[in-house]
Amino acid sequence: MKLNNNTAKALKADFPIFRHNLGLVYLDNAATSQKPSSVINAVKEFSERDNANVGRGVYSLAARAMKKYEQARKAVANFIGALPEEIIFTKNTTESLNLLAYTLSQTIEKGKEIAVTEMEHHSNIVPWQQLAKRNRFKLKFVKITKDFTLDMNDLKVKLNDKTAVFAFTYASNVLGTINPVAEIVKFAKSKNVITVIDAAQAIQHLSVNVKEIGCDFLAFSSHKMLGPNGIGVLYGRKELLEKLEPFGFGGGMIETVSPDSATWAKIPEKFEAGTQNIAGAVGLTEAINHIKKIGPNEIADWEEKLKDYVLKRLNEISNIKIYHPEQNSAPIISFNLPGIHPHDVASMLDQKKIAVRAGHMCAMPLMEVLNAKGGVCRASLSFYNTFEDIDALVDSLKEIQQKFNKI
Amino acid sequence: MEEEIPSDMYKEHILELYKSPSNFGILKNPSYKHTSYNSVCGDEVTVNLLVKEGVVKDVKFSGSGCVISLVATSLLTNKIKSMKVSEVKKIRPEEVLELLKIKLNLARVKCALLGFEAVKGALK
Repeated sequence: MKLNNNTAKALKADFPIFRHNLGLVYLDNAATSQKPSSVINAVKEFSERDNANVGRGVYSLAARAMKKYEQARKAVANFIGALPEEIIFTKNTTESLNLLAYTLSQTIEKGKEIAVTEMEHHSNIVPWQQLAKRNRFKLKFVKITKDFTLDMNDLKVKLNDKTAVFAFTYASNVLGTINPVAEIVKFAKSKNVITVIDAAQAIQHLSVNVKEIGCDFLAFSSHKMLGPNGIGVLYGRKELLEKLEPFGFGGGMIETVSPDSATWAKIPEKFEAGTQNIAGAVGLTEAINHIKKIGPNEIADWEEKLKDYVLKRLNEISNIKIYHPEQNSAPIISFNLPGIHPHDVASMLDQKKIAVRAGHMCAMPLMEVLNAKGGVCRASLSFYNTFEDIDALVDSLKEIQQKFNKI
Repeated sequence: MEEEIPSDMYKEHILELYKSPSNFGILKNPSYKHTSYNSVCGDEVTVNLLVKEGVVKDVKFSGSGCVISLVATSLLTNKIKSMKVSEVKKIRPEEVLELLKIKLNLARVKCALLGFEAVKGALK
């Protein structure tokens, strides 16, 4: 189905939040997406009809729960072009990256370097930064250009024979910039660098295929792609996952245990210690179904139109500063009205039921590079947004600017 | 409890104070000085206090911030000028929020209390 303003309105009706908050203009989809009824009901129905622990019981109810949980793994694998055993369920992107950094660091030789980029979210900086400190690795930052894209020349200097890991974002949560992931991975591979991709802001906007990208690891969260909170994914290449040590120890991840030693289960169970978020996994399956039903390509096309419209209309505002690249971007647009603090802009928009994010966006190093110390305002779109949502935003921004100009 | 959208946080008395805040600046020889940070947006407020014989003789604040943090700190510094340090230490967060005479949601309470935290930090 081709999406347009009318179909977007119809798709919005699938999301109960808009029924319970009449007039809500939700433009904070990069923080978390809203949940359609199908996802909410899938979680509820699982809890009502199929709930049991998985990987433990032999009774039929447990087998049913197990089946649903493993179906979720298959659905995720299929969605990103991976094998089911390459999918590890975690709490969210942040946990995926932390666990990975923790276990990967045990395999890195002293004196090696880890590289990230200036456009990373804190969750793809701090885990590496702290491990670098603890293990005396050097942490390097690949620069961004003044056009808000990754500086590929700098990348080719920073990634070299000393680099062990390069962790970078697929799409920036501030700039919206979509990085040329396949090209980056190809170059990193030529230097024998392990590649880790933070896909938290890409997975809901474009088709992600790990085999086409060729990356070693990729992480994302369910809650930003219509799914429930509290479940995330870490994809890892099978041969690497098999070699890595587990992140956590306990039930479900062992093969045998004696009083003084233990052996590990096969992947992916090796990395899933303790009872998992089973209902969350079931909800994630439904979120994937929902996206597939609408069509990832149709979503991308419509969001591109919405993004062009928001950029066109924002540019009507005099002196506005927009932090967004010319091309290859997700519908995530950060901006500032000069002389007005982003928090004040967001609070004044809130009074008109318009939800945008304001602040440093968990990207303080990037704010420094952008010379936006007080932070930025961010409007981030989803396929259920409409032209009317964008008009409400821009018209209100104009009013805010007038109000401040008067004082 | 449901978080209501505040009616109007940007009333005239607030914007007036934002335009010309009291006590904005720094002191040459402060007895105490402290900077507080808002981890949500990276804002900072620095408070300078001149204390003689247990009384706040002068107070100034500086930093970058939103309307709410700037106005709240301005009102707070007015309040504590000439107050005994022992009394300043007893001020509760609710009293600072009352100074604003507007309703804030939970997210913005942090902004309103940034200067208060700096004062507390300075007198610790």
